[in-house]
Amino acid sequence: MALKTSVIQEKLESKFGDKVTGFTQVKDIFSFEVAPEANNEVMRFLKEDPALRFNFLTDVCGVHYPDEQPERQFAVVYHMHNWFDNIRIRFKCFLNGENPEIDTVTGLFLGANWQERETYDFYGIIFKGHPQLKRILNMDEMVSFPLRKEFPMEDGGRTDKDDRFFGRVTDNATQINQE
Amino acid sequence: MSDLLLPPEHRYAKMIEQRQNEDGSELSILNLGPTHPATHGIFQNILLMDGERILDGEGTVGYIHRAFEKIAENRPFYQITPLTDRMNYCSAPINNMGWWMTLEKALDIEVPKRVQYMRVIIMELARIADHIICNSVLGVDTGALTGFLYVFQYREKIYEIYEEICGARLTTNMGRIGGFERDWSPAAFRKINEFLDEFPKIWGEFESLLTRNRIFMDRTIDVGPISAEKAMSYGFTGPNLRAAGIDYDIRVMKPYSSYEDFEFDVPVGKSGDTYDRFCVRNAEVWESLKIIRQAVDKMPEGPFHANVPDYYLPPKEEVYNNMEALIYHFKIVMGEVPVPKTEVYHAVEGGNGELGFYLITDGSRTPYRLHFRRPCFIYYQAFNDMVRGQMLSDAIATLSSLNVIAGELDA
Repeated sequence: MALKTSVIQEKLESKFGDKVTGFTQVKDIFSFEVAPEANNEVMRFLKEDPALRFNFLTDVCGVHYPDEQPERQFAVVYHMHNWFDNIRIRFKCFLNGENPEIDTVTGLFLGANWQERETYDFYGIIFKGHPQLKRILNMDEMVSFPLRKEFPMEDGGRTDKDDRFFGRVTDNATQINQE
Repeated sequence: MSDLLLPPEHRYAKMIEQRQNEDGSELSILNLGPTHPATHGIFQNILLMDGERILDGEGTVGYIHRAFEKIAENRPFYQITPLTDRMNYCSAPINNMGWWMTLEKALDIEVPKRVQYMRVIIMELARIADHIICNSVLGVDTGALTGFLYVFQYREKIYEIYEEICGARLTTNMGRIGGFERDWSPAAFRKINEFLDEFPKIWGEFESLLTRNRIFMDRTIDVGPISAEKAMSYGFTGPNLRAAGIDYDIRVMKPYSSYEDFEFDVPVGKSGDTYDRFCVRNAEVWESLKIIRQAVDKMPEGPFHANVPDYYLPPKEEVYNNMEALIYHFKIVMGEVPVPKTEVYHAVEGGNGELGFYLITDGSRTPYRLHFRRPCFIYYQAFNDMVRGQMLSDAIATLSSLNVIAGELDA
């Protein structure tokens, strides 16, 4: 492996200072955090720097951390891959829970388009500057963001799973329906 | 305009009006899909047509979205495997094996060599099944039904091998954490050997039916091309990327499951058009056959699962006759097993490209977050770019050669 993770860390730290933090090796992938306002510059640097050459955006996805502090309730996770030295990295941008917003990276990778739409669709994270930010897998009329932790997996109002239909009567039937 | 049922603010409405004002010609809107037989799956494309030529397109996906990522957050690990089956259902075992390998990476489990070789065999069989479907259906879409009917018998043979190994055919739910549910029977090996003996002749015939066929070449060369740079930017992986000339293959880049033990080539195309995609898949089938042959010949002796009683289900005879085994069976299936707090990303070379699993665990019985990197979803967004300016019939051939599987697209 030609490119050392220490080199990546050094280069990023000298260029972006405290906007890149929390460097750590998680299993086989080198990971760090990026301040949300710098996501575009960091990605451009990773992509275009002649030594780093992270030429491929593997994956974009969101994560919801409702138990974290308000500033870190959402994360957008980017996986990038350098095909020359064959090394992967992952970085996270933490966003606040009130109105999660981050710049789009569609200007750098065309493939980010639908992945960001998917993230918006499921988490309600707004990608500023996205050419067509609308729902993709869910229907357009939907108002909630289903992968947020507070969204119940099943509709609490469902009646077809009511225990009474199966010959069982429980006091807390509604509670069971929620499960 | 009114009979188009197009909202007046839609950008196509403006384009139609503008063209009408320019030279009086009429553009039309065509709904390709969602249930058109030529789309081989449920996705809609709203195409703006100038006669037979496509000026612009807009894709709508999500018709069979089943919220796998949400369901996965509420299910213990063993109950997530059936979800992975239903993503790329043309090569379900690859998804299963990818999921087990992700878990093994998260749980730090080393699997025996024999298991790795068995996995290689089953994954390559799945890849062949996947490519059989894609290439023969491309033949159908360009007017050659014979090849499709001919090679489909051999997909059936592959399904018989699956059946012998795990009991299921399409949605296999095959394997366990650390290995397989049982050792492969002699019948399974006999069927694999039969397949290896018979299939090359059939595939050769199929190839010679189409590869140099004048009609087929006219229908596919320079149809739906994509340049290497653009394909990379769009996040293409797998045969579609290799057809554009980039030899990116995870089996070589980061060998998993002992792929480094086998000799095989990575076929690449040049122009990234439909014909190249067809040829790359054809060549990959030969490489897969080579790998399976090597794996069968070199198959090591040894256990068919890792020694991880915490995660590997106890044998069925025990479960039915022994209290402790029954308890363990129940605990493992319900996810009452030790899970470290970690984050892993594991990618395998699926039938369509890099199939990645991004798993975040928080020590509880279910994943905190599980994201599937579905190759189809990522490269299908390039479709409209690829068919812009082409004929409608070319769009059908392009779609078919991209091998978009609706289940994987929509998760």
